Amino acid sequence: MLAGAVCLAIVGLFVGLPVLSLLLSPVGGPLDGNALFDSYIYRVARFTLLQAVASTLLSVAFALPVARAMARQSRFPGRIWLVRLMALPLGLPALVAALGLVEIWGRQGWLNSLWTSVTGAAPISIYGLTGILLAHVFFNMPLAARLMLAGLERLPNEYWRLSANLGMGPVAVFRFVEWPALARLIPGIASLIFMLCATSFTLVLTLGGGPAATTIEVAIYQSLRLDFDPTRAVALSCLQIAFTGALLWIAARFAVVEDDSRTSGQRVRRFDGRSFGARLRDATTLFVFLVFTAAPLVAVVRSGLAADLGRLASDPQVHKALLTSLAIAGAAGVLTVALAASLVRARQQALSRRRAGPSALALASGISASTSLVLLVPPVVLGSGWFLLVRPIGDVATFAPYLVIAVNVLMALPFVVRVLDPAFAQHRSRTARLADSLGLSGWSRIRLIDWPVLKLPFLMAFSFAMALSLGDLGAVALFGSQDMVTLPWLLFSRMGSYRTADAAGLALLLGLICVGLTILGTMRGRAPLEPHHG
Amino acid sequence: MRLTILHALLPALAVLAGPATAEDKTLTVYTYESFTAEWGPGPKVTEGFEKSCACKINWVSVADGVELLTRLKLEGPGSKADVVVGLDTNLIAEAKATGFFAPSEVDTSGINVPGGFSDDVFVPYDYGHFAVVYDTQTLQNPPKSMKELVEGDPSQKIVIEDPRTSTPGLGLLLWVRAVYGDDAPAAWAKLKERVLTVTPGWSEAYGLFTKGEAPMVLSYTTSPAYHMVSDNSDRYKAASFSEGHYVQIEVAGITKTAKDKPLAQSFLTYLIGPEAQGVIPVTNWMMPVAPAASPLPAAFNTLVKPEKTFLMSPVDVETKRKAYIDEWLAAMSRS
Repeated sequence: MLAGAVCLAIVGLFVGLPVLSLLLSPVGGPLDGNALFDSYIYRVARFTLLQAVASTLLSVAFALPVARAMARQSRFPGRIWLVRLMALPLGLPALVAALGLVEIWGRQGWLNSLWTSVTGAAPISIYGLTGILLAHVFFNMPLAARLMLAGLERLPNEYWRLSANLGMGPVAVFRFVEWPALARLIPGIASLIFMLCATSFTLVLTLGGGPAATTIEVAIYQSLRLDFDPTRAVALSCLQIAFTGALLWIAARFAVVEDDSRTSGQRVRRFDGRSFGARLRDATTLFVFLVFTAAPLVAVVRSGLAADLGRLASDPQVHKALLTSLAIAGAAGVLTVALAASLVRARQQALSRRRAGPSALALASGISASTSLVLLVPPVVLGSGWFLLVRPIGDVATFAPYLVIAVNVLMALPFVVRVLDPAFAQHRSRTARLADSLGLSGWSRIRLIDWPVLKLPFLMAFSFAMALSLGDLGAVALFGSQDMVTLPWLLFSRMGSYRTADAAGLALLLGLICVGLTILGTMRGRAPLEPHHG
Repeated sequence: MRLTILHALLPALAVLAGPATAEDKTLTVYTYESFTAEWGPGPKVTEGFEKSCACKINWVSVADGVELLTRLKLEGPGSKADVVVGLDTNLIAEAKATGFFAPSEVDTSGINVPGGFSDDVFVPYDYGHFAVVYDTQTLQNPPKSMKELVEGDPSQKIVIEDPRTSTPGLGLLLWVRAVYGDDAPAAWAKLKERVLTVTPGWSEAYGLFTKGEAPMVLSYTTSPAYHMVSDNSDRYKAASFSEGHYVQIEVAGITKTAKDKPLAQSFLTYLIGPEAQGVIPVTNWMMPVAPAASPLPAAFNTLVKPEKTFLMSPVDVETKRKAYIDEWLAAMSRS
């Protein structure tokens, strides 16, 4: 628990210090109270929440049938690749994904060409709320499905055997088996998606069709970059956290908490979903999911293949950027998993005490809040604040890699917590008493009891964190220097100087690395407690 | 006080990262990233200048011109920058207000920029006119004036940039203002029908345009030159507007804290000299401000040459920008 408290303090300081430094800096003027919450900000805040709520509902609603169909059909050729596909959009920079989506859904996209050639009517425009929702569902629905699938796959085999014995139909299985498990996960998943959508920037502006589609994040960026008004930027950030935090708090009231049951730990076998009707239904669901998620990625690959890949592959700048990206993302991945593991452990320990004292409860809720709300602190605020803090000490370029890693860790933390938390909780409820009765503790407990089971969630969490960091442009752009060029930075820089084909080639490279990471994240993607019998 | 822990921690990290290399005579130049990219003017300018100066240029590059000014403000008077290359005329008033810059005292008599811009602090080194660039394969009748753009067929779309987050976006805002004056909001309300989307920056807009999403994009008169020289394609052309075009002039300045002012001055003199002026057009894809040593590629002769240039004074831009943006927001947000 002490480790957890220290980690929480580190997260708090990392976010708090830059905000303080921005507020105290001589460049920040006093806040004009009237100007902050004007009709512009009111409109922007309303739109931010509206699109974020809609995006979250749609993502979760579409993820549900996908996760259920995947869980039901536990064995079919290529299944593992569908699982990998779920984690793929995560690692793509928003702009790359937006251009991929446009190739499918845009005015000149594949769908519209079909539409116009069949009907002869004018192309349908996605620009506006439609485009924003489309992009947010593309990014977040697969993520939600992946997390839900992990939850369903953790369910003990006994449940399925029992529900088969009782002759439960799909409705009953959903109501008594699947829903209770998902209901526990959905608040966490939904809050994560909600925060991602509320702070969306590039997608909202690019596909939003006009300034009517503006998020608070855009206003924050504007106030810091264009108007250079740090006080207003911090005030707007607080507004963003307050709004979103309040909504999340209300949502959290609906969270269901339930204990995991013990299991014999046999390989999960599903007895439902074997009828022809069920198979057909699941196959249709998964096919729609496959087309929806993969088509924009195929478009990205297609543009990438048109690039001069040979030249890119032998370009020393690309090599350097690749190494820089891998080093930063690798470090961020390891640190995020370590940090998340201590936070999750501390929170569960604090809550598991029979009579949790106020300090333990405070620690637990502090950890819960911090692992959610950090996503709401705009990177541009963190970046500028840290810049002010570090500059008196030395050359910012020297610290830039560490700061980028730290910002990436913070950004990936909420994802990783959502992967590790349920896995830890289940593992704990299954093994805590056994381990205690065996007198196992310390290293031997980790080696014999924890690691074999938690290895898979750890790998999945690591691959998530690394993919997120790999695709991140924001943090690098803040401290940008010519000495630290990552792949997304190089991609954006080539795109910014007419080299669209190069950028497409680099997007393909990024995509391939993400595929590699999802393979890592799904290693031995079987039920965790598989006994060793040949 | 709040720095105590950091003071203790960060030097340790700095040691891990390795010491910064120091040259005896170094000129630290802050600029934007595409200037120092391998295909940008940076490498050739470095080579050319270092031949004569017995010094080393230490480039520090950030994302873009706006970020450059932000960086300077964040660094405050302690900035290590000797020279700053890459602000534009719209940022000058704000840049001067920081008090970081000193009069350049560089001979700029050889410089000739449209709109007759001259300044004692900032030295122009290239310029470009904003223009609507269109795809000749999908648009046969491009608009010949701002009026035609505003009032034209709403099904022929244009992608523009957001004035809140990008310099071309701000450029279009000022351009429409220059043409329409106080009727600008009405013009925007009409143009809105033709706007496919408003992107955060030039890259997103140009990316959508080259993907074929819209037949027009707000870019520069020089954009077609890139496609002609590098892609050998004349598919993309800039539309010439009869009212005139708004200009973006990029400038460089010397900071008050410059360690070696004569060295900084000689760098600016080199930047506007014939050698660098020959390099900039084909690397930065902007127009030269002074005669170049090497003739421009033939493609530059085919570009739109605006008969009239619009340029709002930097002070006006600074004082009126917010009102114009609010006006734009109101006109563009109405449904």
